[in-house]
Amino acid sequence: MSILINKDTKIITQGITGKTGQFHTEKCQEYANGKNCFVAGVNPKKAGESIFGIPIYGSVKEAAAQTGATVSVIYVPPPGAAAAIWEAVEADLDLVVCITEGIPVRDMLIVRNKMLKKEAAGGKKTLLLGPNCPGLITPDEVKIGIMPGHIHRKGRIGVVSRSGTLTYEAVGQLTEIGLGQSSAVGTGGDPINGLKHIDIMRLFNDDPDTDAVIMIGEIGGPDEADAAVWCKANMKKPIVGFIAGVTAPAGKRMGHAGALISGGADTADAKLAIMEECGFKVTRDPSVMGKLIQSLI
Amino acid sequence: MKIHEYQGKELLKKFGVVVPRGVFCPSVDDAVKAAETLGGKVWVVKAQIHAGGRGKGGGVKVAKSLDEVRQYASQILGMQLVTHQTGPEGQKVRRLLIEEGADIRKEYYVAALTDRASQKVAMMASSEGGMDIEEVAHKTPEKILKVFIDPADGLTDAQATELATGIGVPAESVGKAVATLKGLYQCYMETDASLAEINPLILEGNGDIKALDAKFNFDSNALYRQAEIVAYRDLDEEDPDEVEASKFDLSYISLDGNIGCLVNGAGLAMATMDTIKLFGAEPANFLDVGGGATTEKVTEAFQIMLRNPKVKGILVNIFGGIMRCDTIATGVVAAARETHLSVPLVVRMKGTNEDIGKKILSDSGLPIITADSMADAATKIVAAVS
Repeated sequence: MSILINKDTKIITQGITGKTGQFHTEKCQEYANGKNCFVAGVNPKKAGESIFGIPIYGSVKEAAAQTGATVSVIYVPPPGAAAAIWEAVEADLDLVVCITEGIPVRDMLIVRNKMLKKEAAGGKKTLLLGPNCPGLITPDEVKIGIMPGHIHRKGRIGVVSRSGTLTYEAVGQLTEIGLGQSSAVGTGGDPINGLKHIDIMRLFNDDPDTDAVIMIGEIGGPDEADAAVWCKANMKKPIVGFIAGVTAPAGKRMGHAGALISGGADTADAKLAIMEECGFKVTRDPSVMGKLIQSLI
Repeated sequence: MKIHEYQGKELLKKFGVVVPRGVFCPSVDDAVKAAETLGGKVWVVKAQIHAGGRGKGGGVKVAKSLDEVRQYASQILGMQLVTHQTGPEGQKVRRLLIEEGADIRKEYYVAALTDRASQKVAMMASSEGGMDIEEVAHKTPEKILKVFIDPADGLTDAQATELATGIGVPAESVGKAVATLKGLYQCYMETDASLAEINPLILEGNGDIKALDAKFNFDSNALYRQAEIVAYRDLDEEDPDEVEASKFDLSYISLDGNIGCLVNGAGLAMATMDTIKLFGAEPANFLDVGGGATTEKVTEAFQIMLRNPKVKGILVNIFGGIMRCDTIATGVVAAARETHLSVPLVVRMKGTNEDIGKKILSDSGLPIITADSMADAATKIVAAVS
């Protein structure tokens, strides 16, 4: 078991013919069962063609109908990325992973509210991971995204983070000490996104093949604190927590009104404090995340 | 991206928000001429810098004669204006706004911003205008009202009325306040703003509602489709090193410490800064070279870091994924040579082609200190500079 994806997952790649899409699709195909998992690409102008042996369809709906795929990954450039997300949602997929960095916040606001309305009206709920995320991986089964496959190792520790390289850092430490990962998930660095820490923690809690979790966060927004409060009441597994940005200057990326509305709880120190209070083993030294989890299991 | 108050008011005006008549002035003579043209008996001379808190720092003066306009304009133009947002060295005033005086009966606060928790646009309003809103939020949070807006629906009349009456706008002016709020919301959406704040929004003696200030911040992801906003950019108001870095697609922020750091990935870059502090020193900057670093980019990054005279040592921390450690190592060696690096350099590399990268560093003959973990790297750079 694992969370969200496994060796049997069938995946559509949106933006498969672009430079980034091609580069990463090839790497994903090469990883573990990737050859069997990546079953379709989408590009209306190149429907009927194929790339790396993967057939290209005119739309996500058609690709899903023809291949039975339930997940998509998006490498579409920022101006069209939100529309690509909506296309996958309208095709009733289970999960959409949006790698694209630099999508205007207004576009994400509009598509997220459309998704919520569709669910509220009884439509199928499509999960969104990202945007601006590295994707997710279940080692030795399948990787969807841009993380380097070779640093992973099958194991029983879950990893969740917003940042890409900081996820790799945790993964690298776990692999080095021989623990490995059940799944590793990057939720992305954008202010308006889909799955959050709390959602991933829920999934890890329910996964019989995850024994413990490393949860990594950073300054800004309420996600880590929300997850911590949920974990205090519900999580049955040990958690190591780290928050990046203790030394980050205030107000550099968000205007003060942005900090104001989240109630001033979005500094690294505030998040570390609430995580500790909620039973996480927190550290201010990101070099010891792996060792700490080892001491807890 | 931020803009000036006079530019913000130009934007607001386009969306039907009433602002005082005013003229942007680059010189003292222009300021006096502008006051003459505006007419009346009272003028406001306002320093145009991107930082807030200008009034308290002496950057906003009310003039009651043309002589006073000249006097205040001369005082303000060219001064180093120090506010709580500029840092102790202050910001040089290069532009002025001359406005007609206003008949202030009451001051309010209104703002639009993106609320991450609800994934909606939040419109906030308060009866406590003209004050530091963070202080109001801290001491009397009940005096800040909020409504949350689905972009498909926009700000409804009901929501705008709820805010206007909630902050005590008198009945005869509610219609004007509603129009102002709707204009502010529309302006926020159509310009891809991340913050649009009017503080104070005033009620005048005759019942008019007017924006006496305008503060905007824009979503940098959307600038590609906002040519009009990009044209407002004032490089004089930005950190020159940050501007230079952005030309090379490097994400750079100046800090106060003495350890320069170069990292791939924003999260790892912050974690590296934190580790430097944890081991007893302070980072001199945040620098994310991104996923596609080349030798040129790394060299440019070194040059930007070394331009800061406070830098006494450099820490490079790379987790190679798609970007290979050997590419970075080649870039680091070239940059160290080209910049005639004279401060200690610690390099920590992990991931793809780590061994080849380390060999390039050791074969270079340069005095590069290598490290295994982030903690090891931080310990070594702190020891090397002290």
